[in-house]
Amino acid sequence: MNASLKKQLTEPLWLRVVLITLTFLFLAALVGLPIVIVIIEAFSKGWGAYRDALTQPDVISALKLTLLVAAIAVPLNVVFGLAASWAIAKFEFRGKQLLITLIDLPFSVSPVISGLVYILLFGAHSMMGDWLIRHDIQIIFAVPGLVLATIFVTFPFVARELIPLMQEQGVEQEEAAVLLGANGWQTFRRVTLPNIKWGLLYGVLLCNARAMGEFGAVSVVSGHIKGETTTIPLYVEILYNEYNFVAAFAVASLLLLLGFVTLAAKKIVSRQERGQHGH
Amino acid sequence: MGIEVRNIGKQFGAFAALDNISLSINSGELVALLGPSGSGKTTLLRIIAGMESADVGEILLYGAAANNKPAGERNVGFVFQHYALFRHMTVFDNIAFGLTVRPKETRPSKAAIRERVFNLLKMVHLENFHDRYPHQLSGGQRQRVALARALAVEPKMLLLDEPFGALDAKVRQELRRWLRRLHDEIHLTSVFVTHDQEEAMEVADRVVVMSNGRIEQIGTPEEVYHHPANAFVYDFLGNYNEFTGWQENAGSALNLIDYERQTDAPAGAKIVKVFARPHDMDVSKTDTFGGESIAAKVMHINPAGALVKLELERVRNPGLLLQAEISQDAVLAQAIRKSDVVYVRPRATRIFMNS
Repeated sequence: MNASLKKQLTEPLWLRVVLITLTFLFLAALVGLPIVIVIIEAFSKGWGAYRDALTQPDVISALKLTLLVAAIAVPLNVVFGLAASWAIAKFEFRGKQLLITLIDLPFSVSPVISGLVYILLFGAHSMMGDWLIRHDIQIIFAVPGLVLATIFVTFPFVARELIPLMQEQGVEQEEAAVLLGANGWQTFRRVTLPNIKWGLLYGVLLCNARAMGEFGAVSVVSGHIKGETTTIPLYVEILYNEYNFVAAFAVASLLLLLGFVTLAAKKIVSRQERGQHGH
Repeated sequence: MGIEVRNIGKQFGAFAALDNISLSINSGELVALLGPSGSGKTTLLRIIAGMESADVGEILLYGAAANNKPAGERNVGFVFQHYALFRHMTVFDNIAFGLTVRPKETRPSKAAIRERVFNLLKMVHLENFHDRYPHQLSGGQRQRVALARALAVEPKMLLLDEPFGALDAKVRQELRRWLRRLHDEIHLTSVFVTHDQEEAMEVADRVVVMSNGRIEQIGTPEEVYHHPANAFVYDFLGNYNEFTGWQENAGSALNLIDYERQTDAPAGAKIVKVFARPHDMDVSKTDTFGGESIAAKVMHINPAGALVKLELERVRNPGLLLQAEISQDAVLAQAIRKSDVVYVRPRATRIFMNS
């Protein structure tokens, strides 16, 4: 390529410098600065105070609850996501387009509404409320409600990751496996799953990050009972409202850490995925 | 009998993919299903394999009713146009797959599987590629792995869906000769789908010509080429020129209206379409046919191949093209060049009733 052509095809140096600097400044101000502040505030009273804040029984129980909710919601959404994307990618059926639209619904509905839906369904004044109270089943303001709300908002992550992947791969490899005598489970285990494994892992990571970080939907159904129905994000708010800034930021730093771990894992997974495709 | 198809029909919505198909394939025979796209050939193959079910009709495999038999139990090896190799598995694991998914009681030992896979690798000339992944192989190599994988389970039938369709011309030629040789060695009842008449002619014992979900003709390559049952088969199997002629009545002498010495059809004569292959055309620079020829201008000369292909435009009817294939010697001897006017006359013609 000669110099004059190259000149026509690229922007002038000053413009490039301005654009790149602008982007960095923007990111630094809107993303970098808050992150730095979280860390500074968390350690503002020293390492001891930070450790004390994180070892409070209420923090420990919030942490456990968050892990529990994620541990239930993520596997369920993996199963659902696999089933839905398998059905959508490999079969033709009536109502397929509707199903695809419905899968996306949680992304387009405000999380607060997602939580509210469950209150209207299972709350004390709902249609099912009486029945639930009579049978001593508590869903709202208890762990089941948190799990339901979390499942709802994290519903699309796995499915959306897998549907395009499976559609692109088609059904030929599965057909080949079946013709070679493999049964349904063997076909899934040995042909389908290895082909989608990195995409699945990617979806799980995103699903998990959201499940642990969700605030709006779980806030509505939680009831904010300290030590019982507060997940980490909810607990951060409680601490902050109590002017307990060090503890609030210390607990927030846990979520920050989760974010970094997710980001790193995402990077590794997408590199693996590219590697697997060859070329 | 290897494969017997009886009165098979298949609808996709309002479209009849297969319409009352009956076909018998002897065991050990290599048969080509030949037809344009949409003729139903792939659907028929998939129904035989068990990947698609027929709406009506019966499939018998080695004498046993197979309609309700799952694909995995039909004892067929299947080769896909786009290979369908398991891309996350090595060549070895791909070929071994059909053996390793067997239940414990019938699964061969690891050593036996290994031996079988390496025998197959040798057969497809890929001994040194056992630890490669599919994306590290060329198209031709991939298709040979796919074939080895299909043969690993020792099927009684081999079904191939456009097996060479995705390969370039030279590799395709090589592979189809190789497939023919392989078939002569192992004599597996084989059916392959193709839209390439040359491929069908070169490889198959018998050719089944299909169009619009129906079988037009079944016969040896020789039969379908030299004795086409109808205009469709004639058309599909090669290029042709079309003339208009007349007969006093069916079976009597044929007269071409297109000749320079015009012989208009007398009242009451039957007008017929007359066909001739390009290689059945005589070409002369001077009218040595006594007016019983058509004057045409040479538009293009393609010297590639055993015969020289001439593209001609009729002088009396510009726009009506003719094709002729004559020997290199004839072209040189007569010094035929582009833009020359030549006289052509079909040596052998064919007419089809109801066309």
